[in-house]
Amino acid sequence: MANTAALEGINGLRDIRRSPASHLAGALEAGSVEGTVVLKEGPFQTMAGVRVDPRSEAGSRIASVVGGLPARCGEVAGTERVSVLWLGPSEFLMVAPEEAHDSLGGDLIGSLVAALGDAPGQVVDLSANRTTFELAGPRARAVLEKGCALDLHPRSFTPGTAVNTEVGNIPVILLKPGEESYRIFPRASFADFLGRWLLDAMREFASPEVP
Amino acid sequence: MLLITCPNCGSRDETEFHYGGQAHVAYPENPNELNDREWAEFLFYRENTKGTFAERWVHSTGCRQWFNMLRDTVTYDIQAVYPMGTPRPAAAVPPAAESGTASTAADSTTTGTAAPDAASSGTASTTAPEGATK
Repeated sequence: MANTAALEGINGLRDIRRSPASHLAGALEAGSVEGTVVLKEGPFQTMAGVRVDPRSEAGSRIASVVGGLPARCGEVAGTERVSVLWLGPSEFLMVAPEEAHDSLGGDLIGSLVAALGDAPGQVVDLSANRTTFELAGPRARAVLEKGCALDLHPRSFTPGTAVNTEVGNIPVILLKPGEESYRIFPRASFADFLGRWLLDAMREFASPEVP
Repeated sequence: MLLITCPNCGSRDETEFHYGGQAHVAYPENPNELNDREWAEFLFYRENTKGTFAERWVHSTGCRQWFNMLRDTVTYDIQAVYPMGTPRPAAAVPPAAESGTASTAADSTTTGTAAPDAASSGTASTTAPEGATK
């Protein structure tokens, strides 16, 4: 189970929180091929969905909280503390470590709500909406290309970009933090399916290459 | 599979989109004054164009934004992508198609010539069962 450090939960609920693909942890470890392609479920993260017109006053207030809003598809803005993913012209997803959540001593959601104020828009706590798969290794792109029609070649999908797309026929957000690593955000209900789908796609790399 | 150019996200697979039917169907100004027939025509009656057709699409797994598209229902050639709320651009400009690429143009010509063949084979197949029943 990909938990972070033992955090002080609300009424002890934090301790019994279970990540959507926690039951696959053993299979993910067994299916990973060290040095080729490694899959694991990432830690819990604080996510907030924000809808605001980026050109409005409220948009600039929110941008100052998170360190900027991305302007177009694929861009990721933000700071070390929080990254801001572009989901639509007026829709953004803030992703931060779990500690940033208000119930665990952070202030991400609260500060976003305060920044939006009474302006038209919304700030929704989506921390439990999606889980994170971390796929890394030299063959990670080959695994994803089995189920993603997007051009994943580094010349067009560069590190530091994120797109809304489909992997294995399910809608996901695909983030590329590094040259050979990907973060895949499926909705929690798709975590089991996508975990097994990725394991199946990775299976060929466990056996020696057929010349 | 169509390759649709989303105004926000660029070229994506057709599976990321959903179809929204005919574009430019205006809501009646005074719905209460319509009789049942006019109301039914507003709700349910749509063009069934053979050729260039203006239709609505939404990039449902991407930016979730709606847009309009001019598409040829015979050749599947996408002639224009334009924002919601803007009037339909002038159609029938195949050489200067806005989003047309060399590959789609080649496809459209091949399917365009194949279409009459399919139609003739369709008539042939409809006559064949008649002969069989006789």
